[in-house]
Amino acid sequence: MPKKKMYDRGKVFAGLAVFVVLLIFPFLLNLGKAAPAPELKLSDKAKAAKECVESKAYMTANHMQLLNEWRETVVRNAQRVYVNSSGKKFEMSLSNTCLDCHTEKAEFCDKCHNYAAVTPYCWDCHVDPKETM
Amino acid sequence: MEESSRRTFLKLAGFSALGLGAKPVLDAFASSGGVQSKPMVMKGEKALQAKRWALVIDTRKFKSEKDLEPMIEVCHKIHNVPKLENKRHEIKWLWTEEFKHIFSSQTHDFLDERVKDLPFLTLCNHCEKPACVRACPTKATFKRADGIVLMDFHRCIGCRFCMAACPYGSRSFNFRDPRPFIKETNLKFPTRMKGVVEKCNFCAERLAVGKIPACVEVSKGALAFGDLGDSKSKVRELLSSNFTIRRKPALGAGPSVFYIV
Amino acid sequence: MLEKALKGNKQYYGWIAALLVVIGVGFACYLWQFQFGLGITGMSRDVSWGFYIAQFTFLVGVAASAVMVVLPYYLHNYKAFGRITILGEFLAVASVTMCILFIFVDLGQPTRVFNVLLHPTPNSVLFWDMIVLNGYLFLNIIIGWNVLEAERNNVAPAAWLKPLIYLSIPWAVSIHTVTAFLYCGLPGRGFWLTAILAPRFLSSAFAAGPAFLILLCMLVRKLTKFDPGKEQIQSLAKVVAYAICINVFFFLCEVFVVFYSRIPEHMDHFIYLFAGLKGHSALVPWMWASMILMGISIILLVNPATRKNETTLVAACITVFIGTWIDKGLGMISGGFVPNPLHHVNEYVPTIPELAISIGVWATGFLVLTALFKIAVSIKEEVSGVS
Repeated sequence: MPKKKMYDRGKVFAGLAVFVVLLIFPFLLNLGKAAPAPELKLSDKAKAAKECVESKAYMTANHMQLLNEWRETVVRNAQRVYVNSSGKKFEMSLSNTCLDCHTEKAEFCDKCHNYAAVTPYCWDCHVDPKETM
Repeated sequence: MEESSRRTFLKLAGFSALGLGAKPVLDAFASSGGVQSKPMVMKGEKALQAKRWALVIDTRKFKSEKDLEPMIEVCHKIHNVPKLENKRHEIKWLWTEEFKHIFSSQTHDFLDERVKDLPFLTLCNHCEKPACVRACPTKATFKRADGIVLMDFHRCIGCRFCMAACPYGSRSFNFRDPRPFIKETNLKFPTRMKGVVEKCNFCAERLAVGKIPACVEVSKGALAFGDLGDSKSKVRELLSSNFTIRRKPALGAGPSVFYIV
Repeated sequence: MLEKALKGNKQYYGWIAALLVVIGVGFACYLWQFQFGLGITGMSRDVSWGFYIAQFTFLVGVAASAVMVVLPYYLHNYKAFGRITILGEFLAVASVTMCILFIFVDLGQPTRVFNVLLHPTPNSVLFWDMIVLNGYLFLNIIIGWNVLEAERNNVAPAAWLKPLIYLSIPWAVSIHTVTAFLYCGLPGRGFWLTAILAPRFLSSAFAAGPAFLILLCMLVRKLTKFDPGKEQIQSLAKVVAYAICINVFFFLCEVFVVFYSRIPEHMDHFIYLFAGLKGHSALVPWMWASMILMGISIILLVNPATRKNETTLVAACITVFIGTWIDKGLGMISGGFVPNPLHHVNEYVPTIPELAISIGVWATGFLVLTALFKIAVSIKEEVSGVS
């Protein structure tokens, strides 16, 4: 390959610089202004129960995978009962089990989802009793 | 039973790990070992089970549209089926048709008065060889081991190939958000979202807790639900003592809904 | 080579700008559809596929027709077509792009489209359609691009391209066959349930595609310094002539079987399309127009005098294109849904936003086509030293 001359050197680098600035602009703008993690409010029922279907640490980190598997097993395998690590049984149901205890969806689910900027489409179909009343 | 359900759960978890990154779950299961047992899933103790669920409709017990209304109403109510005024966007799981429509290939000009004007209950046939399941590109519609043809609304991409494939016109599509058109929401059952297909589910959610389908329950004995694989079941008894017909038998789809005319 | 698409005169940029405006309008309407759902279209519970899927079906045919220039050149060593294979291949690329877009805009839950890959389902014809369409797109991009680049550098195309080129020939047939299988394997739809559907699709494709390519060749000759050639156009015209005759013959075979057997489930769709059923007859004038156009085109194409005369040839090509478009892009899909499996007659008429989205997709295809043709023609001009 013959060596080729680079044309418009200045313009190319200026363009690159503009591109990089645009790319990191949102980060620059929010530098040092990280919002604090939200305090989640547990309902009385949840407080009384002390533990969720699995440990708190596990649920915080993995509730989405757990729910994904719940829905697969319930919808596709017709198995609706979950037996947790300590042998306790639960009906695998977002509306009827999770929300039964976590009655404050807005204070519990939404708060953290908003903070993390995730919009799970669970609620397009599954009903939060509070919101429909 | 327990062993096999655990195995299927793990298999499933492993399978979904391919795309969904379920590895943390598996790791957690593995590390939670020790004295504690691993979590598992199973059917509810009261769940009704069958080799192949079927419905027998004794149309002789119906006189007019009025006799069928309670069944349609309870079905649409408990399943949050919306009522859309625009006929193009209509959604229905259970509805009525005249003989000449539901049995369009078996009609003639000289039907007796009773059959001619009688409304017939129409619903998904939960076919033995469902064309919709064959057509679906994502397995969002699938046939369960007990014969029920179900929809996984989470997975449906809304391509509507199943609607073209169904030879019975049993499927509806959510052309818009259905929620504003549900008068009274049943909080125990999800609604649907726009862009997915839906149909009768043979009350899978009720069978799971030991209840028979809602339409059968309110039918005052006109509808019978049971296991085709059990020679002593109510449906087998009815089928062996009555002449029954199914819709479009020539297609070979093998409907699980039978009509006593 | 891409830079060739960026250098053009005012006319070229004006055309691009016009296309972008049309695409913009279509895209805005699509955002509306994305927000509201497919309810903004004319589709219904009974006619659950409409204009989008019909355009998709028609365009798969246009894409497949590239084989009509590739096959004579590579298998029969018909040298004349070497000049225009690239145009056929790039037309295929633009058409497949539109096909994929039409499928996409038809989805109720487009964000979940990758479920098709996440849960691959070989028993679904749609799964295979995805494979053959994407495969065909890549084959044509790779072959077209590399052959053109070789031509530019005045060297023979790389040896590894040969197997791909041979593969692209049966692959072209496969895309339209699989597309026909989407419909003709469905048990309750008498209109489509016929083994002649795939052959009918292919014959109308091999008429519509090359007819369109003839028109494009003439346009290229008029607008640029590259002449695709008189012999090339005449050879294509013969292809169109045979294909449109076979297409009408296949159609008449179907008409005979349906009306001699008199099986209502097969017959009623034809009655709906050509005479109207229970007072519904929106498509009747269209279907007869399609028949008349195809009839006229046969007269113009079979008669050597009118085929060799380029003015009447243009007229013939336009009639072929419009005639087959009505047949496939209008009647074929909604005709299969009316009457419905319960023998109710509910008609389908597309809505304005639905048409705007469709035209937007067509404009996107034309944008791809314009850019690719611009590149190809510029290289041709450069190589022949006329520029």
